[in-house]
Amino acid sequence: MFPKEHSLRFAQLGGMRGDPFGMKVLRPAGPAEAVRLYSQNPEALPLAGGTDLMVAWNSGRLNSRTMLDLSRLKEWRGIEATQDGVRIGPLATHCEIESHPAILKRLPLLAEACSSVGAVQIRHRGTIGGNIANASPAGDSFPALAVYEAFVHTVSQEGRRSLPILELFAGVKKTALKPGELIERIDVRFPAEPPDRQVLRKVGSRQAQTLSKTVGAGLLWLGRGGVVLELRFAFGSVAPTVKRLKAVEAAVNGRKLTAELIERACALLAEDISPIDDIRSTRQYRMVVSRNILRAFLAGA
Amino acid sequence: MGAVGTNAIRLEGAEKLCGRTKFIDDYTFEDCLYGVTLRAAIPYGRVKRISLDPNFPWDECTVVTAKDIPGKNFIAAIENDQPALVEENVLHPMQALLLVAHPSRQKAYEALGRIEVEYEELEPVLTIEDSLALKAVLREPDNVFKDVRIDKGDITSGFAAADVVVEGEYRLPHQEQAYIEPNGMAAWLEKDGALIAAGSMQCPYYVHKALLHVLGLPAEKVRVIQAATGGAFGGKEDYPSMLAAHAALLAWKSKRPVKVIYDRLEDMASTTKRHPALIRHRTGVTRDGRLSAQDIEVLFDGGAYSTMSPVVLTRGAIHASGAYACPNVRIRAKAVATNSPPNGAFRGFGVPQTMFAAELHMDRIAEALRMDPLELRRRNVLKEGSSTATGQVLRRSVGACDVLEACAKKGRYAKKVKECAAWNRKAKNATWRGAGLALAYHGGGFTGGGEDFYASRAGVALEADGAIRVLSASTEMGQGASTVFAQIAADALGVPFGWVSVQTPDTAKVPNSGPTVASRTTMIVGRLVERAARRLKAELEEASGRIPKTRPLWLKAARKFLAGRGRREIISQYERPPGIHWDDKACRGDAYGAFAYAAALVELEVDKTTYEVRVRKVVTAHEIGRAVHPLFAEGQIIGGIAQGLGYALCENAVYKRGVMQNPHFTDYIIPTALDVPPMEVLILEKPYDYGAFGSKGLGELPMDVPAPAAAAALRQATGKWFFDLPILPEKICKALHEDHI
Amino acid sequence: MKIIFKVNLQERTYDGDPFKRLLDVLREDFGLTGTKEGCGEGECGACTILLDGQPVNSCLIPVCQAEGRGVETVESLGLPEKLSSLQKAFLEEGGAQCGLCTPGMLLSAAAHLRSGGRTDERSIRQAIGGNLCRCTGYQHIVKSIRKAAKKPRRTKSGVCISVKQMLKRDRKQILKECSQKSTRCASRSSAV
Repeated sequence: MFPKEHSLRFAQLGGMRGDPFGMKVLRPAGPAEAVRLYSQNPEALPLAGGTDLMVAWNSGRLNSRTMLDLSRLKEWRGIEATQDGVRIGPLATHCEIESHPAILKRLPLLAEACSSVGAVQIRHRGTIGGNIANASPAGDSFPALAVYEAFVHTVSQEGRRSLPILELFAGVKKTALKPGELIERIDVRFPAEPPDRQVLRKVGSRQAQTLSKTVGAGLLWLGRGGVVLELRFAFGSVAPTVKRLKAVEAAVNGRKLTAELIERACALLAEDISPIDDIRSTRQYRMVVSRNILRAFLAGA
Repeated sequence: MGAVGTNAIRLEGAEKLCGRTKFIDDYTFEDCLYGVTLRAAIPYGRVKRISLDPNFPWDECTVVTAKDIPGKNFIAAIENDQPALVEENVLHPMQALLLVAHPSRQKAYEALGRIEVEYEELEPVLTIEDSLALKAVLREPDNVFKDVRIDKGDITSGFAAADVVVEGEYRLPHQEQAYIEPNGMAAWLEKDGALIAAGSMQCPYYVHKALLHVLGLPAEKVRVIQAATGGAFGGKEDYPSMLAAHAALLAWKSKRPVKVIYDRLEDMASTTKRHPALIRHRTGVTRDGRLSAQDIEVLFDGGAYSTMSPVVLTRGAIHASGAYACPNVRIRAKAVATNSPPNGAFRGFGVPQTMFAAELHMDRIAEALRMDPLELRRRNVLKEGSSTATGQVLRRSVGACDVLEACAKKGRYAKKVKECAAWNRKAKNATWRGAGLALAYHGGGFTGGGEDFYASRAGVALEADGAIRVLSASTEMGQGASTVFAQIAADALGVPFGWVSVQTPDTAKVPNSGPTVASRTTMIVGRLVERAARRLKAELEEASGRIPKTRPLWLKAARKFLAGRGRREIISQYERPPGIHWDDKACRGDAYGAFAYAAALVELEVDKTTYEVRVRKVVTAHEIGRAVHPLFAEGQIIGGIAQGLGYALCENAVYKRGVMQNPHFTDYIIPTALDVPPMEVLILEKPYDYGAFGSKGLGELPMDVPAPAAAAALRQATGKWFFDLPILPEKICKALHEDHI
Repeated sequence: MKIIFKVNLQERTYDGDPFKRLLDVLREDFGLTGTKEGCGEGECGACTILLDGQPVNSCLIPVCQAEGRGVETVESLGLPEKLSSLQKAFLEEGGAQCGLCTPGMLLSAAAHLRSGGRTDERSIRQAIGGNLCRCTGYQHIVKSIRKAAKKPRRTKSGVCISVKQMLKRDRKQILKECSQKSTRCASRSSAV
């Protein structure tokens, strides 16, 4: 989105680009060096695939003159499948994730979410770690990570931390990462039982190369007689950060999914999300469409 | 076998496919400076003071303000009201105030940040309504750039004869041309003091004329060369004159080559767009579906300066009644001034706006009459002998009926409408479907006496080495003009296509064949090339009998023919076809030599969950006189329809105080390969006697049909009318949820 | 800072600001102006190149990230007098109009075909979903790519080879010739 405060100012600075002259690029060869360099240069901006960062750079919106280029960290690439989940290196690209056999099989919403990002050029470069650290409200993979209850592992000179994905996001383009702290892994456990229903729905402005207006991910386990054992649903692009639908989930868990309950759940959506009007869409549209997605999912349509 | 009518290989195709073709930013110049532009940043007001930060090394820069202009401070156009650089009064926020050039692009931009401008701001006029209400007078006396009045018959008696009167109001937005190569220009001085400007452009002689005035130079001291042009669609018709003036002023002052290359943001924010419009229709119709009166009001937002608005408006107004014969028509059209960047040419030139209104209005009339929209169109469609709103009697090459029937038949219109209705009755389906039809016509060449006034010239040359070269100022910008000219010249001369080359437009080398606009290149300029080539053929035949069939014999014959005179150049000039009359004052008569016709059937579906629209298929029929190059013609049609679908469904230029808020491809959404549906194209040919090999104008026509057809299809799908473009999912959502939220 | 990487199979050394965009390095430092800038924000795909065989937007890559890797640009695909089968198909089917999106479009298509991607209409459209074209409406581009994919090709021994092999073969031949000519290419610049 075009920053509002720039609306007139840009007229003077149109064409302004980041100036490579004198830029300092730190290029660690391994994780330990990366952590050390980052703690020594807390003003540095970590750079992974660059698909967000370079856009800002190209339009002259980045002030940092030091970059911490993580692209040489082989240890942080790759996806490791274990018995009960996957360990995703932060430098794994969207393309790698969307085509990983274990993810396709056991975490299909994540695969689908990653395949809906940008176009193939972006997916070959954009990394999941970079995406999370960038914390765009429209991060397409976040709702899937939220319903799979992924954990983000971080590392810094002070040590390691592990945070549920939802706790990592602190606001629009803001994370709970501390200065000098880097994401070193994303763990996603396979659901113990395969869900009875699942959905990933991204709504953008066109069929390819698009940012989402709303993106929803849902998992539903049903018990005997259609009683909801567990609902997990999350939306992106409709609040400053990705949102798990706490009110909606609480309302349906343990109950039978009747038409009445579905409507009640849909009415509760307004408590969970807070969409806005912006250049890309309207509050009304995001609300109505998110509700439609939720309703269709609960109704099994 | 001749070349015309075959899919000859694109002349510059292999170079383009190897990345060898040089666009202006691909050239490097020794000692080159990068020019950048300081823009006003307020929509309306006065510049009080410009101050340069004394701590910046200005001696490294070349700075140009209005005071440095050696000639006159305007960009030559229909009127000369637009300054090259602001002297005092600011009329729109993208107006150039000052230019800076520096060897480093980065430093040049940095310099812009070191300039303070103090303004006295005034309350801007931002809408057509406010402009007409004279909230401020931006242009004496009444903010109106052009007022077009077209009268045919008597609408009072026409309405008296009507059984039903249908009224409607339609609103059209800005649309960005979105060529993939942004505007760019380079300028430098030659040793002899001549100034050369080279860049991306449609109209070398427009640029030439603009530079003469700004620099105060004689014609022979200015030379304009077209670099490869990466798409234009009207967006490189008038703005390159401004850009060239800026580059030239910087080159003039610095005595060094200067490149001014816009990036996407600056290009989208600053250059011209399709005119936003407000169009009102009041139509009288008899119960059996005959139009008896059309009363149409057309209002265009011209932006801050006149630029192309008068002619865009005139063309839009002339086409405003649609491709129908109505005995009583009144059209009142105005282009008004607002404090936004000037709007200009974009494929269709005013017609996509008025045709959207006219066609969707036909669907409303059909609904009011409970008549099938196809049948209503059939009953009113232009035929041979019909007269248009300006009283032009159509005699030959009238394909309106043909395209309508061909499209309806090929697309199985009636069946499609029924299928969609059946689909929509099934509540289980995840989408609603609809099919919509639209018909359009589009005049080829300049409006009215334009071609006469311009008296374009183009021709062919037989070079000393036996090469045959087409000479015209009409630019290749992807549409295939060069290849088509070579086909025309080859056939007119009776030689193989491969023997003909085309001179790159360069005002030092080619005659003024006029701007590359108005669907006139093949039809009008091609005709000049054809005539010149036929004359050359006659001369050659006179000198050496038949035209040789083999290359060695050709070279021999050419040498003999040219003996002692170096080369032979034959230039022909536009001649008005017989029987054409135009009264510009009354806006009556033969507005165009010929019209081309198109119909399109758009099938789409709307997702019930997300209101996203997916166009499933487009079937279209175009009657274009003669397809000189069927593959390129099809390419023009498919490309134009894709742009038209973008106009209808996703392209949304958002403005705030005259500034485009989404001047980039992330948020100005043009269709991707996945958004454009498969298209079936039918090309019909009813040759026009005065177009090259029977051809009529094609370039703009496809742009006129998709939007109204899509809106009609959405009516069937959703049960709602959408009178404003673009019809975004948000609008559909709003229409379907008026009672909620 | 010195950065060494391969461009069209030739080892090249860039010595300069490590954060310069790969797009600018290719165009300005190496004279490979076939790679275009259409938007500078990874949206239009005009600057698409292949990085280790994968299509990426060169406007979003600082040159330091190309170190030790293999870059392929449109210049590697063919020569006007010796077009690859993909380029030939574009020429015959109207896949190129203004030519600005063409280099990126070709590279996206080549990567898709070389990797054995599916050649049905939808898969092709997906493969070029990140390449905006404003001229063609895409249909002729899709047709061109499908034609290139389908073209039955025989080797000298008369055995049919797969598209993937074929494209690789084309590429090697062309690259050989291209590397001989590239020096000339790069030095050929200046005046119009």
